[in-house]
Amino acid sequence: MMSDWVFNLYIFVLATFVGYQVISRVPPLLHTPLMSGTNAISGISLVASLLAAGTNHLLSELLGFVAVTCATINVVGGFLITDRMLRMFQKKPSTSPVKSAASHAGAGS
Amino acid sequence: MTPAAVLLALCYLLAAVLFILCLRGLSGPESARRGLFLGELGMLIAVVGTLLHKDIIRYDWILAGLVLGSTIGVGISAWIPMTKMPERIALSHSFGGLASALVGVAEYMREVEHLTPFKMGALGFETFLGFLTFTGSIMAFGKLSGVVRGAPVTWKGQNFINVGLFFSALVAIGFLVVHREASHVFFAVAGSGLALGVLAVLPIGGADMPVVISLLNSYAGLAACATGFALSSQILIISGALDGSSGLLLSLLMSKAMNRSFANVLFGAFGQAPEAPASSENAADARPFNEATVEDAAAVLKAAQSVIVIPGYGMAVSQAQHAVRDLAAALEKRGTDVKYAIHPVAGRMPGHMNVLLAEANVSYDKLFDLDAINDDFGHTDAVLVVGANDVVNPAAKNNASSPIFGMPVFNVEQARSVLVLKRSMKAGFSGVENELFYQPNTMMVLGDAKKTLLALVSEVRE
Repeated sequence: MMSDWVFNLYIFVLATFVGYQVISRVPPLLHTPLMSGTNAISGISLVASLLAAGTNHLLSELLGFVAVTCATINVVGGFLITDRMLRMFQKKPSTSPVKSAASHAGAGS
Repeated sequence: MTPAAVLLALCYLLAAVLFILCLRGLSGPESARRGLFLGELGMLIAVVGTLLHKDIIRYDWILAGLVLGSTIGVGISAWIPMTKMPERIALSHSFGGLASALVGVAEYMREVEHLTPFKMGALGFETFLGFLTFTGSIMAFGKLSGVVRGAPVTWKGQNFINVGLFFSALVAIGFLVVHREASHVFFAVAGSGLALGVLAVLPIGGADMPVVISLLNSYAGLAACATGFALSSQILIISGALDGSSGLLLSLLMSKAMNRSFANVLFGAFGQAPEAPASSENAADARPFNEATVEDAAAVLKAAQSVIVIPGYGMAVSQAQHAVRDLAAALEKRGTDVKYAIHPVAGRMPGHMNVLLAEANVSYDKLFDLDAINDDFGHTDAVLVVGANDVVNPAAKNNASSPIFGMPVFNVEQARSVLVLKRSMKAGFSGVENELFYQPNTMMVLGDAKKTLLALVSEVRE
């Protein structure tokens, strides 16, 4: 029987390897969405924060509450903003619309 | 294992697979959104599964945190302008780091009597890396948003102090493994993480932010990994490893795009060049250059058959991406071929320029990487440099004494004519003189890039 940490080390090494392989295929075009996307995924520490916040130990609850808040910001905000970016990455017909008064207003906001 | 525990473990496995598929989707813009949806699904499965976990006794704090976090998360994501994206990303790294660190502290306070040596070590790393990422990202955010002075802050013995702090934290974690009850040592580790985050980012200049942001991304992932080791939670280890390897890969790419080693970025305090700025400013005053009016520039563009646009951080600063697109559209209407050349380190984070141009509705098949476009400059009529500096500096190729020597740059000088939109003739942030600006085929159009571009648009449309 393998001890826990050796088993976890296997998982870590293999996941890093998979991550490196998958991510090296991401084109530079999508590097910002990649960054915000992995950030949302690493918001999985929400899982650990939930366990800390859901105990009957006052300090753990308080710290857990802040951690849940932070991790939720990353999960919700991370996926939201990544999707917002990805929606913009589209192939457009070669003659892009010239009129753009509205988008100028958008740029100033 | 109880059936419920098995079910939860299977939920996590499914979530991990979905996360990997999510990242795989990012290998192309067509599949990216569907991939992201899979990632969201994985997160939902993991969170709902955890909420049904038997160890969770009460839900009031959890609910409060989820509601508050969602509100803030939507608030800082739904409306933030794309030009603020580097700040936004830095901020989210700080949240990720803080979450990991606080979980580490909570776990230590609650479980200190039952900690195994291995778990104690993992908690130590988690807390240290978490707090380091937290303050480091806050500093990066401060530098990006201009709250903290962007220029590198250096002092004597800086690297010695930072490295010393790092190793003493390692020693302290080692001590905790043996004496887990020494809570003052634990808090010293936490404190050194907080301090090191600030101290390590202070000496790093704005132009190096792409590397720093990627590196902090990697640290946030490693902190999540350490949490996974401490709690023996495989989903945390896998997700943390994905985040960590992504950040590491991006930092390596960014360092390579600047032809600098990791160590050089971290310890070099690039852009410091104490004697260079003064001398170069004097030189700039004295040396002749071609200053062009908007009309002159428009005439060059109208005569060109092919134009390559090179955006830089200046485009983001003056929010000129929509004006760039309008100019390109006006030129294309006249039958001119317009392409965009994107340098990996243009802007303040990986992919910064791509996002801004995508926001301005520029089709992504017109955006070209350094390698894809660098041979095209020789047969290009006009190059339009919008707020870029170092990435078009020929000194990187031919001046061995330049701080940016060896960095891969665009072969801009091969084009028939070069138009540079720049605020003033002052040396750029890095304080490095740019020969390109003084070449005979270069025309400098000084002033705010957005205003210049809008004026160019109306000239070209006539």
